[in-house]
Amino acid sequence: MEPFKNFTGVVAPLDRANVDTDAIIPKQFLKSIKRTGFGPYLFDELRYLDHGEPEMDCTDRPLNPTFVLNDPRYGKAEILLARENFGCGSSREHAPWALADFGFRVILAPSFADIFFNNCFKNGILPIVLDAKIVDALFEQATGGSPLRIAVDLPAQTLTLDDGTCIPFTVEAGSKHCLIEGLDDIGLTLKHVDAIRAYEERRRSEAPWVFIGA
Amino acid sequence: MGAKTLYDKLWDEHVVRVDDNGTALLYIDRQLVHEVTSPQAFEGLRLAGRQPWRTSANLAVPDHNVPTTDRERSAGITDPVARIQVAALGTNCATFGITEFGMGDHRQGIVHVIGPEQGFTLPGSTVVCGDSHTSTHGAFGALAFGIGTSEVEHVLATQCLIQRPSRTMLIRVNGALGPGVTAKDIVLAIIGEIGTAGGTGYVIEFGGDAIRALSMEGRMTVCNMTIEAGARAGLIAVDEKTIEYMRGRPYAPTGELFERAAAHWRSLVSDEGATFDRVVDLDAANIQPQVTWGTSPEMVLPIDGRVPDPDAESDPVKAGGIRRALDYMGLTAGMPITDIRPDKVFIGSCTNSRIEDLRAAAEVARGRKVSDHIKLALVVPGSGLVKEQAEAEGLDKIFTAAGFEWREPGCSMCLAMNADRLEPGERCASTSNRNFEGRQGQGGRTHLVSPIMAVAAAVAGHFVDVRAL
Ligand code: SF4
Repeated sequence: MEPFKNFTGVVAPLDRANVDTDAIIPKQFLKSIKRTGFGPYLFDELRYLDHGEPEMDCTDRPLNPTFVLNDPRYGKAEILLARENFGCGSSREHAPWALADFGFRVILAPSFADIFFNNCFKNGILPIVLDAKIVDALFEQATGGSPLRIAVDLPAQTLTLDDGTCIPFTVEAGSKHCLIEGLDDIGLTLKHVDAIRAYEERRRSEAPWVFIGA
Repeated sequence: MGAKTLYDKLWDEHVVRVDDNGTALLYIDRQLVHEVTSPQAFEGLRLAGRQPWRTSANLAVPDHNVPTTDRERSAGITDPVARIQVAALGTNCATFGITEFGMGDHRQGIVHVIGPEQGFTLPGSTVVCGDSHTSTHGAFGALAFGIGTSEVEHVLATQCLIQRPSRTMLIRVNGALGPGVTAKDIVLAIIGEIGTAGGTGYVIEFGGDAIRALSMEGRMTVCNMTIEAGARAGLIAVDEKTIEYMRGRPYAPTGELFERAAAHWRSLVSDEGATFDRVVDLDAANIQPQVTWGTSPEMVLPIDGRVPDPDAESDPVKAGGIRRALDYMGLTAGMPITDIRPDKVFIGSCTNSRIEDLRAAAEVARGRKVSDHIKLALVVPGSGLVKEQAEAEGLDKIFTAAGFEWREPGCSMCLAMNADRLEPGERCASTSNRNFEGRQGQGGRTHLVSPIMAVAAAVAGHFVDVRAL
């Protein structure tokens, strides 16, 4: 995984609550056996007026003019501003794959669905939970004439707006470390092979029925 | 030692080590694998030159995009992309030595139906799957949750997951359900009460007399939809019903080992006096048959309700949500739920496709006819074994005589990755778990109900109280 670097990016405001992972990447794209190439189909049903299918060339598809990412101001956005319960529904990791492939690196929302929240960190995306009042204020600024830009500093855990306002945020220490270093979880866990073996040994004697396998 | 919740016990029993930052390495006993969320995980293993830690901890089955008609099954999947994905699961399982119930296997079915049916889901175990409805298995007092593909790979490679403890919520459903009110109505009513984000960050334990009175099938229905309340997992304490269900299942222990396991399983209850971070009480007698009217499972009403009016909602974000939902669903504010007329009816999915669901549905369908207004009424059993059992009991005949189609097992119209789907604007009475926009086909409109309410709607041609049929 690429290490997460500080950056300043444009904020795209997606003003609806309970955006589920099927809205982020519709099910027909789940038939792919790859991890890449989902960006053009991100928010497919909201973004295009026709029906999208895997491997379709998106350059000539009719765009939904009212969808935020089709507004040229937000076309290069790297920060997504969302409402509550973002990423609910299916556990598909294709959702963060599509968001990352489009270019999003940070998502701001008052709350996230658990599985999606976890999946983001595994794919170099930083999801940040902000107070609902702050989110409201950001929506107001992001939908103004010129797009809102925010400087994201992960080591310092701050967001700095154009006007100098600084918003601190929290992030779990382990996840922060992995993002900054671009670490692969499996490699980290395998450092504890001995602990896993020892546990497994013990479990095998205490609960042998668990080891009647398929 | 203080009193522990069931969740604490399961957690403690599975911690391999705790890191300085408070995250734990949790041992995973069982992983279920399906075709949609696993190819990239196997590819990751291959690229890193890794092998599965313990192959026998995994059981694989294709379900999401398998066809449900006999003809397409034997001739091969028509959709080339889906065909590649189902084939990839077969190849990956063969390469890595993982047991797979392929499309031709009579045990094939929806991953969350076959896990318990095979006794692969054990009380007291940790169960994961790259699918959010893994919460289903919590009905057995197992800590079961959905994970993403990176985590599928992580479990394959290490038999562990990096986790933080969750907060705990106890939802007590007190008293007894009225006739015609089912496990599905309980869980829809709960989601209506606490909201789709109400469980975020929590593991929910369901208790109370009404939960204890449910069969294992009913408990699975409740735990299945815990994820729709935003919770990490759902749990139900072990009792004699749990243990009896396990007896004789293919992957369950036998003989003396079974008794030893059962003795341990009986301890899988929250201790008297254990504290939860939140407790919610519901009165079972107040729960009516439920129907969702909107595009989120929390948009749910009792059958005698009326579609809400956005102008009566003071919170502007909520009012906007209602307006958008009404528009998408093609409904008008204030109309009675009983005036809503579905075009299609779907009985199936990991929520409601087990034998008990089919028996209850068939009971209502017996001697009745699907209304002429209904274009298609489907019954899709959850697994090959459920199908065989239902056929042995003659349920298929009851359904087909009433005008339902009787299909092969799979996820089917729950998420429309195969040919079973809604056309734009079509409305469906569905026993599945999600009514999101486009879930059952682009532009499709989903109303979630119990199996008997689905049959009632099929017969009447509009939603109707099954108790008045
Ligand atoms: S039946 Fe529906 S909810 Fe269940 S696993 Fe299949 S697609 Fe998911």
